[in-house]
Amino acid sequence: MKNTLKSPFNISIGTVIQGKWHQNKYVIMKELGRGAIGVVYLAEWNQKKVAMKLSDNNMTITSEVNVLKSFRKAQGVTLGPSLLDVDDWVTATGTFSFYVMEYIEGFQFLNFIKQNGRTWIDMFILQLLSDLSKLHTHGWVFGDLKPENLIVTGPPIKIRCIDVGGVTPQGRAIKEFTEFFDRGYWGLGSRKAEPSYDLFAVAMILINMYYPQRFQKNGDSLTFLKSKIKQVPELKEYYSLLIKALSGHYKNADEMRKDYLQVLSKKRMNVPQSSPTQMSGFSRRRQKKYQMTGPSGSSSFHLAKMKNRNLKRKQRKRTGLIESIVLLVLISFLYFMYIYQFI
Amino acid sequence: MRTGTIKQILLITDGCSNYGENPIPMAGIAKEHGITVNVIGVMQHDVIDENGMREIESIAEQGGGVSQIVYVQSLSQTVQMVTRQAMTQTLQGVVNRELKQILGSNTTIEDLPPEKRGEILEVVDELNETVDLEVIVLVDVSGSMKPKLPTVKEALLDLSLSLNARSGNNLFSVFVFPGKSNYVEKLLDWTPKLETLTSVFSKLSAGGMTPTGPAIKEAIHYFNQKHSVRGLLSNHDEEYFEESV
Repeated sequence: MKNTLKSPFNISIGTVIQGKWHQNKYVIMKELGRGAIGVVYLAEWNQKKVAMKLSDNNMTITSEVNVLKSFRKAQGVTLGPSLLDVDDWVTATGTFSFYVMEYIEGFQFLNFIKQNGRTWIDMFILQLLSDLSKLHTHGWVFGDLKPENLIVTGPPIKIRCIDVGGVTPQGRAIKEFTEFFDRGYWGLGSRKAEPSYDLFAVAMILINMYYPQRFQKNGDSLTFLKSKIKQVPELKEYYSLLIKALSGHYKNADEMRKDYLQVLSKKRMNVPQSSPTQMSGFSRRRQKKYQMTGPSGSSSFHLAKMKNRNLKRKQRKRTGLIESIVLLVLISFLYFMYIYQFI
Repeated sequence: MRTGTIKQILLITDGCSNYGENPIPMAGIAKEHGITVNVIGVMQHDVIDENGMREIESIAEQGGGVSQIVYVQSLSQTVQMVTRQAMTQTLQGVVNRELKQILGSNTTIEDLPPEKRGEILEVVDELNETVDLEVIVLVDVSGSMKPKLPTVKEALLDLSLSLNARSGNNLFSVFVFPGKSNYVEKLLDWTPKLETLTSVFSKLSAGGMTPTGPAIKEAIHYFNQKHSVRGLLSNHDEEYFEESV
């Protein structure tokens, strides 16, 4: 029985791994990632690229395989990578369990945002929320939701969850998590697997976009996170949505998604209002994106303009009122002076 | 279905024992009592010396548990991970023993084809969720541990949070060594929530010696006491999971 948690293997490129049970041969091409339990390699099988997760802990492998299998049962839903093979690799130093899944080629979520700008974030969060909604309806909770476990594929550009190590049946205890994205760490909820656990992580992902270094807890978490959100103007627009997600008020992903769409439409109305000097490259790009949206988008854009005009009219009305007050005061003052002469 | 109880000792230390019995055979004795011993070695910036590291690994190995050396910053995550990993190991041991009875002397989970493993794992997962857990936490409070104690406390609160998300019952008890007047001192009696620990750590005065062996011995004694008292009160046999390799 193993008494340590470290993964001791370092498999050199070109190693051929043959399964004990199914006899499939895989050639190791590259290391893709290394987690607490196991290493993921890029491998070749029948001239096809596949991803292989190897671990000395066969139970972890089995548990992830169970999750992937149940995803396969959920037809037509791409919740995780599809499972190709499960087997054992017998070596002189011991037997390692592995499973083989489709290789999802793409960018690390954070790298993608770094290269292509924050304009993409909203779309990804919306995609993520609808994927989570499906996952939750099937009785699962993603668990270890964080940017590192998200990959961007396409075109068409789509965000996908890749590491199913943290996926937990609803009602059970979350087994894998990352502090920054874990509501337990922040003292804002339990580690029971329920949809709101994932939605908390989504909120933290959004916050993470503006705090790439992340931060540690400090005093009362909700107050602290509130102040962190308020410090970033772009995040402040999502304030009430974020607070709702952080304090566990969303029961399901659809609810949060609906609110998210609402924030976006409000944001759209705000764009023409900001003066041109204030408009940095970022928000100008955003405006361009709005103009590009289809007919439905342009109509609400029009609505925004109309609102703006209304506002201006209101402003004009207000200045008129001030003018008349000033005039009235002036006249009554003059009249008073006039009267004063007679006293 | 009554699922029985898993018993664990969680030892949090940063170096070599230097007083009293050798902790390695003590861990072996714990294992014979059906108690798993897990060890977490805490580093600050310094590196734990070779001897300390070896002792930590040996205690866990002898005690049938899990060991992990960590930086103090990542203590919280490790404490809960080690505890859960050890639970799974114990349960796997139980399942393996059952398998041996059903399928013959040398069959373990590893000998089954991957397809079959999935079903067994479902059982292990289910047990992991529902089994009762009793943990005695032994905290080394000797000199060099002093600056790490606030983090240790955090980690224990975190552990309580993680384990209380399960549907099975938990009981924790906390001992520190060396104690004020004795080698070992009980800080917290059996409780389902470690949150009650909040104030107790502050009144500690960290001393010089590190009596790891006596601490483990005391923990075993405390486990036995609890169960004998309970045995007297209630007549039914306590069922617990024994580690088998």
